[in-house]
Amino acid sequence: MTAEAILDIQGLSKTYAARSSGTGTVALDGVDLQIRQGEIFALLGPNGAGKTTLIGAVCGLVRPTGGTIRAFGLDMKRDWRKARAKIGLVPQELSVDMFEHVLLSVNHSRGLFGFAPDPARIEDILRALSLWDKRHARISELSGGMKRRVLIAKALAHEPELLFLDEPTAGVDVELRRDMWRLIGELRQRGVTIILTTHYIEEAEEMADRVGVIDRGRLIVVDEKQALMARLGRTEAKVGLARPLQEVPPALARFPLQLVDDGNALLYRAGGEEGGQDRAVADLVKALVAADVEFRSFDVRQSSLEDIFVDLVERKPA
Amino acid sequence: MTFPVNLRAIWTIYKFELARTWRTLFQSIFTPVLTTSLYFVVFGSAIGGRMSEVGGVPYGAFIIPGLLLLTILAESTANASFGIYLPRFTGTIYELLSAPVGVAETLLGYVGAAATKSVILAVVILITARFFVDYTIIHPVLAAGFIVLIALAFSLFGFILGCWADGFEKLQVVPMLVLTPLTFLGGSFYSIDMLAGPWRTVALANPVVYLVNGLRWTFYGKADVNIAVAAGLTFAFLAVCIAVIAWIFRTGWRLRS
Repeated sequence: MTAEAILDIQGLSKTYAARSSGTGTVALDGVDLQIRQGEIFALLGPNGAGKTTLIGAVCGLVRPTGGTIRAFGLDMKRDWRKARAKIGLVPQELSVDMFEHVLLSVNHSRGLFGFAPDPARIEDILRALSLWDKRHARISELSGGMKRRVLIAKALAHEPELLFLDEPTAGVDVELRRDMWRLIGELRQRGVTIILTTHYIEEAEEMADRVGVIDRGRLIVVDEKQALMARLGRTEAKVGLARPLQEVPPALARFPLQLVDDGNALLYRAGGEEGGQDRAVADLVKALVAADVEFRSFDVRQSSLEDIFVDLVERKPA
Repeated sequence: MTFPVNLRAIWTIYKFELARTWRTLFQSIFTPVLTTSLYFVVFGSAIGGRMSEVGGVPYGAFIIPGLLLLTILAESTANASFGIYLPRFTGTIYELLSAPVGVAETLLGYVGAAATKSVILAVVILITARFFVDYTIIHPVLAAGFIVLIALAFSLFGFILGCWADGFEKLQVVPMLVLTPLTFLGGSFYSIDMLAGPWRTVALANPVVYLVNGLRWTFYGKADVNIAVAAGLTFAFLAVCIAVIAWIFRTGWRLRS
């Protein structure tokens, strides 16, 4: 465990008991994860990979079958009261008290975590989420996006130092998603450590400092977003030829090239360590000119985090 | 900063649960008043006119403890079970489970609020009864204590029910199929001394008999069973409920996956 780890998860496992005979479902399989103070960590994974179970285990909704969780240096089994007071959770489901009013519901959350009322602080939170004008509205009258904001306000009501956002932007419109990203940015400015799960890889690409990919209950990759993209990213260049070729010219043999589109195009594909190098592409252009290969078009495409993610998850055998 | 017990959370839950009562004040208060009045009209006036006294107590006064229990049992169970079932049903329980709130805080909040409402209703019913019959309570302090004890015990029972239920029907089943029949057969409207031999023995197996008679003793100083046995059984029931709830929280049964 590093000194600055705000959350230290070791060998975390969760097996859901089988309903009848047979083996249980393994939702988490020996997960080790350290979260650094002040970072935004994005947890990616397909549906049913264990993202929500992992969050639930830290927040107290799921009882782990193995492993240890320490938050703020406190053991979550022993010092859970102290630790939980500093942790906030925005769940994936829109679980809200339909009959309650916004302000009452948010104040209720603060009280539940043991904090004295602080109207000014709550006003700040509601204003930041554009909920202040709706503070006396019944939650059942709000739109889905507004309900999601209420959930965030409730999670922020006790000013947590560690915030879990489980699919914060699932099913919200583009505008709200942008608002949410801005809010998350502001929270980070204030020193809040944020762990979010998301389906939108664009979201992780936009905000996260580090990315973890979970699949079938196992963390398959944890890395800095930039490092991950450099390491696993790929560069593709498609060269549209003026005249079709029968084979890749020998002068270009040192490049990872193949003929596509019935010989009408050359495809350059470099992955892993070789990928993401603009130099190599520039060299390719020079070599094409030197070899007298005439071309009409030249498209370069860097793989996104999404391509990397799909590769990682699909590479795993069932 | 240490958190031996999260006092503010207890108060927060308690307030929140009672707020539900204030929001539905009309149904909450008017319904039991109407029910009690109907019982007095039907049992007290129509039947009571022919019964006159039971063991030296006028029939109208005789049925007051039973009527009180009918409401306390039903309301305590219903309120506490609904209080914990609703967040389970809507999913808002995630907040309670992720908060620094343990079994003690949860119980004091939810059960305290449900029991408070029952005690308020008991007072309302006693006042309503006053309009129909004249009665004096011989041991008012013991009566109040016993009412609070029963309200707490059945609020705890309701809490267990609310944890166990996985549908709204199940919330209704136990009160309708178990509690109400037991209360009606538990000597609310008659003395079990009136029953023929074997039925009297059967009646003594009904736990509500001890509650009704215990409460009746605090009211009029006489009852079919010993007050110590009645109080002892109520405490035992309370202890069993607390033990079951402690187990629920320790294992996370129906609360945590």
